[in-house]
Amino acid sequence: MAERCAVIGVGQTQHTSCRADVSIAGLVREAVDRALESAQLTMADIDAIVIGKAPDMLEGVMMPELWLVDALAAAGKPVFRVHTAGSVGGSTAIVAAQHVMSGVHKRVLTVGFEKQSDGNAMWALSVPMPFGMPVHAGAGGYFSPIIRSYIKRSGAPSHIGCMVAVKDRTNACRNPYAHLHEPDWTLEKAMASPMLWDPVRMVETCPSSDGAMALVLASEDVADAHDGPKAWVHATAMRSEPTAFAGRNQVSPRASEDCANDLWRKAGITSPIDEIDAVEMYVPFAWFEPMWLESLGFAPKDHGWRFVEDGVTEMTGRLPVNCSGGVLSTNPIGASGMLRFGEAAMQVMGIAGDHQVDSVRKAFGHAYGGGSQFFAMWVVGKDKP
Amino acid sequence: MSDDVLRIRTPISIKYQYSAGPRVSSHLLGLMDGRFVGKRCPVCELVYMPPRNGTCAKCGALLGEDVEVGQRGTITTFCVVNVPFLGQTIKIPYVSATILLDGADMGMQHLIQEVDAADVRMGMRVEPVWRPREEWQPSLENVMHFRPTGEPDAPFDSYAGHL
Repeated sequence: MAERCAVIGVGQTQHTSCRADVSIAGLVREAVDRALESAQLTMADIDAIVIGKAPDMLEGVMMPELWLVDALAAAGKPVFRVHTAGSVGGSTAIVAAQHVMSGVHKRVLTVGFEKQSDGNAMWALSVPMPFGMPVHAGAGGYFSPIIRSYIKRSGAPSHIGCMVAVKDRTNACRNPYAHLHEPDWTLEKAMASPMLWDPVRMVETCPSSDGAMALVLASEDVADAHDGPKAWVHATAMRSEPTAFAGRNQVSPRASEDCANDLWRKAGITSPIDEIDAVEMYVPFAWFEPMWLESLGFAPKDHGWRFVEDGVTEMTGRLPVNCSGGVLSTNPIGASGMLRFGEAAMQVMGIAGDHQVDSVRKAFGHAYGGGSQFFAMWVVGKDKP
Repeated sequence: MSDDVLRIRTPISIKYQYSAGPRVSSHLLGLMDGRFVGKRCPVCELVYMPPRNGTCAKCGALLGEDVEVGQRGTITTFCVVNVPFLGQTIKIPYVSATILLDGADMGMQHLIQEVDAADVRMGMRVEPVWRPREEWQPSLENVMHFRPTGEPDAPFDSYAGHL
C-alpha cells in the first residue's frame, strides 16, 4: 500500500513569448521560489528534486537538469529527470508523487519548464526523418489530419473548435499568469481566423511560451502539519504506445483509454462527469477538447462536441474544463503538463483566484505528448484518499 | 544597459549514421526497385507499411514475411499546410495526406499534387508519381507525390478502421 501524498506548494512564472530577462535557470528558479513560499518551506527542507522537460532539442540544451543543479540547490540530493515529450509535465509530477508514495522521501520539489524563445520548436518538430517524405509541418501538421478524422467520424459542426478556443482565451483573462490575455474573441471573429493547417485555424492553436511550473509534494505527516491549503493525490496513471502501428486508433488511442480507465478505477470513480468538479486537460489544438472528453470517458463516443456546444465545459458549466485558459493560452511545452496538474491542485486548494470554480472537491489533471502516444493523469482531492 | 548582450545565435549540427535493420532494409530495397514492401504480423495478420523493426505493437510478435502492397491507395485523412517554417522544403500551400495503400493496414504520410488543395477529399483514390529511375534512393522521396486516379472515392467504412 502506497503512502499518502499531497500537494502543499504551487508556483508558476509569468508566461510570455520571450522572457529575455531570465535564463532557463532563472525561469525555473522563479517558479520554484513561489512554490516553496506557498509550501512555507525553503530549499534546505527539500529531500529530492524531479525535473521534467520536453525534447531538449527545443532549446538545444542537452540534459539541462545538470545545468540546473546549482539553481535548484540540488547538489548532494537525488535528482531525477523525466522526459515524455509534451506529457512530460504530468509524468514528472507523477514521478515526484511516487518519490513520496514509496515512503522514501517526505518533501519533494518538482518543476517543468520550457523557454521556447531560446530555440525553434516548429523547426525541431519538423526535422525530416531519413527515408521518409518531408511533408511534416510541426505539431499542427501532425495533429490536424487526426482532427479531420474526428470531425468526419463524429459529424461535428465546423465551429466547435472555435467555441473551445474562445472559451479558453476568455478564461485566460481571469488568470494573471496566462501568456495570452485576449478578451475580445467572439465566435464570429474566431471563424474568420486564417487556416494554418486546414482544418485547424490559427485561433485554434496554442502560443509558443516561456514559462515554468513547480510543485511541492509532501508525505502525510508533513502535509498534516502544513498550515495551508493542500490537495491530496487520489490516483495517478501513465500509459504509452508507439506513434505508428497497423490498426492504430489515432483519434482515441488505446493508451489514452487504458490510462483513464486505470485512473478512474484507482480513484474509485465510476462516473467521471458526476464526480469530477474541475478539469485541466491538455488541449494544444482546440478540437482535442471534445476528442479527449470522449476518450477519457466524460462524454459518450461522438458526443464530446455536443458538450462543447451545450456549454458543459464552460467555467459555469457542469464540467468546467481549463478555467486557467489551458494550453491554448499558455504553452511552455515542458511545463504545460505540470500546469494542468498544478492548476487542478489549485482548484482543490481553493487558490485559483479569479478562475476558481466553486466548491471543488475533486479535480482532474491531464497531459499527453508525442504523436498522441504518452499519457499522464491524476485525480487530486480535498479529502484524504 | 542597452549595449548588453542578452542573446546570441549559435547554430549547431549533428551527423547521424542510421542503421536500417533487417525489416526496414527490405522495405528500402523495395523502394530502390519501385515497389512498396511491407511486413505482415504472423499473429494478427495486419500489414505494416512502412514496416518497423522488431515486433507488432499489438501482438508483440516478430513481424514476418515481406508483403508487396499495391501502388494505389486511399487518402484516409489529410491537412492543407499553409504555415511557413524554417527548413521547409515544399512550397506552401500543400496537402500532407495519410495514404492507405491497397493491402496495407497503416497509413503513410505523403504529398498530394496535380489537384487543387480544395478538391482533396477523405476517401480519394491516389497513385504515386515516381521520379526518374536514375534518381532513385532508398527513400519514399522516390515518389515525387501522389495524384488522384480518377476512380470513385472509397466509402468511409472501408478505411474508418484506419483513422
